[in-house]
Amino acid sequence: MHMCRIARVVEETSIHKTIFFDIEMKAEPGQFVMIWIPGVDEVPMSLSYIEGGTGITVEKVGEATEAIHGMREGDMLGVRGPYGKGFRMAGSKALFVAGGTGIAPLLPLIKRYRGEKHVVLGARTKEYLLFVEELKNISSLSITTDDGSIGFKGFATEMAEKIMEKEDFDIVYTCGPEIMMKKMLDLCMERGIEMQASLERYMKCGIGICDSCSINGYRVCKDGPVFDSNLLATMDEFGRWKRNEAGRRIEV
Amino acid sequence: MLRVEIAGIKMKNPLMLASGILDLTKESMERFVDAGAVVTKSVGREERKGYKNPVVYEMEYGILNAIGLANPGVEEYVRELEEVGVENVIGSVFGGNAEEFGYVARKISPYVKAIEMNMSCPHAKRVGAEYPEDEIPDAVKEVKKAGKPVFVKIGMENILNRAERAIEGGADAVVAINTVKAMAIDIETGHPILGNRVGGYSGKGIKPIGIRCVYEISSNYEIPVIGVGGITRAEDVIEYMMAGARAVQIGAGVYYRDVSIFSEIAKELEEWLEKHGYTSIKDVIGIAIKK
Ligand SMILES: Cc1cc2nc3c(=O)[nH]c(=O)nc-3n(C[C@H](O)[C@H](O)[C@H](O)COP(=O)(O)OP(=O)(O)OC[C@H]3O[C@@H](n4cnc5c(N)ncnc54)[C@H](O)[C@@H]3O)c2cc1C
Ligand SMILES: Cc1cc2nc3c(=O)[nH]c(=O)nc-3n(C[C@H](O)[C@H](O)[C@H](O)COP(=O)(O)O)c2cc1C
Repeated sequence: MHMCRIARVVEETSIHKTIFFDIEMKAEPGQFVMIWIPGVDEVPMSLSYIEGGTGITVEKVGEATEAIHGMREGDMLGVRGPYGKGFRMAGSKALFVAGGTGIAPLLPLIKRYRGEKHVVLGARTKEYLLFVEELKNISSLSITTDDGSIGFKGFATEMAEKIMEKEDFDIVYTCGPEIMMKKMLDLCMERGIEMQASLERYMKCGIGICDSCSINGYRVCKDGPVFDSNLLATMDEFGRWKRNEAGRRIEV
Repeated sequence: MLRVEIAGIKMKNPLMLASGILDLTKESMERFVDAGAVVTKSVGREERKGYKNPVVYEMEYGILNAIGLANPGVEEYVRELEEVGVENVIGSVFGGNAEEFGYVARKISPYVKAIEMNMSCPHAKRVGAEYPEDEIPDAVKEVKKAGKPVFVKIGMENILNRAERAIEGGADAVVAINTVKAMAIDIETGHPILGNRVGGYSGKGIKPIGIRCVYEISSNYEIPVIGVGGITRAEDVIEYMMAGARAVQIGAGVYYRDVSIFSEIAKELEEWLEKHGYTSIKDVIGIAIKK
């Protein structure tokens, strides 16, 4: 674990902040770090910035993320990692499908990807959209909102399906709510398109020994968090079951 | 060449997966087909969420952990134990008293070849290393009633006394050691790092402590000993067995070398034995005690 000083805080939306650290990290898009908020908790966060600054983009959902939101430039956080297997570069024409904060691990991938890039960015409402200006500059961007406050009214998957009907892609990269990623898997399997998805499970050790984040025997922290469609298609827990902190099976 | 037997349980090699490592779910346990046995996560009567993160902290010579015996409770957990595709499954259980130990043991017994009583978790108060010594025999007797061989897992504290109490209760083997009670503090902020502040240290750094414990128990008692602590190579296994262990368990080693550590060490062991002129690994057991 490294104790890192916060170099800069960017208020992205009313519920998202990007925290930049005073360190450089050799990492792949899709890898994550464990962020320790001293005396509060330690939580997994994808790296949303890798080159030109190391950063995470945090949605405020509970105690730990609220504590991170309360931190300022100069404050210290513990950082373990980078951990896990990130996205693998594939093909030369890619569709990126992000739901909500799921755009965080995809952003550095989109920046690094060489080839044609289409991005579908979905959010509950206009106010919660992340990185719109950055994405516009580097990709062909389609926006969807659940309430129709901007862009297409509906789910990111509906928009993605429309685009996939018109155009062929070598690869689909996705991160967001699991139901969304499951739907994307179905769409990709039907069309025989490869997909990579970044999964979330309750994470404790981060280093592949405690079994709390496992899905069908695969550790999200070590074998993932990014998994390939061929493997995802064999996981009967994907889109259906996850586990709580005690290891009890609960519905996704 | 690597076959061993403990309390009537035949194992293709002496390498067992230690409790608490990738054994909360059936499919994770099934990644250890190359182990002689897999010990389950320690389970109790009720669901426990464990301590708050951080629960694991990697250090230069080992791993500090305070998971806090997180488990879904024995009734839920046995669903993971239906026909696990590994050679042997040993059920690890914990409890706050003999009655609770007995309850969990009876529930898990149909699914396992033996029961391992965790009486040594260094950060779990009464259900761990602080389980009162004079109550150990009664708890072991209660667990024996579940009808399976009983292993008692003890830690480095008071090890000979606790081993003796386990033997008194009728234990079929003792397992030593659990993690070593330890702590780390971040000096930038002054905060203890683990959510529970105090935890247990395992991995490379504790091997000499484990060796000493196994040696002392084996020198003083006839009971079979299973050695645990800091094993990452075939040479470590040989050392534990020379100290008297009949089998060993590997925990943190999975962190250092991943799941393949079992097949790799099994192969390295055969090479070592051949090179040193042994035909069976049983021949190295207890060598150091006779010197
Ligand atoms: C690989 C990975 C990458 C992630 N990347 C990001 C990211 O880039 N940005 C972001 O905002 N969020 C990310 N998350 C989710 C983030 O970890 C949780 O939102 C955070 O832990 C919530 O903590 P809390 O105390 O604020 O909320 P709580 O009130 O404790 O919980 C809110 C939700 O978060 C989940 N959660 C809590 N603790 C953990 C934990 N240790 N591991 C996994 N889930 C947990 C809970 O199950 C619950 O569903 C990621 C999760 C994983 C597994
Ligand atoms: C993350 C983790 C969880 C553990 N959980 C348990 C447990 O539930 N029950 C138990 O008896 N021992 C538990 N242990 C202790 C190990 O089984 C083993 O005794 C100890 O780690 C020493 O062996 P090692 O150096 O090979 O890891 C745990 C250890 C670790 C690192």
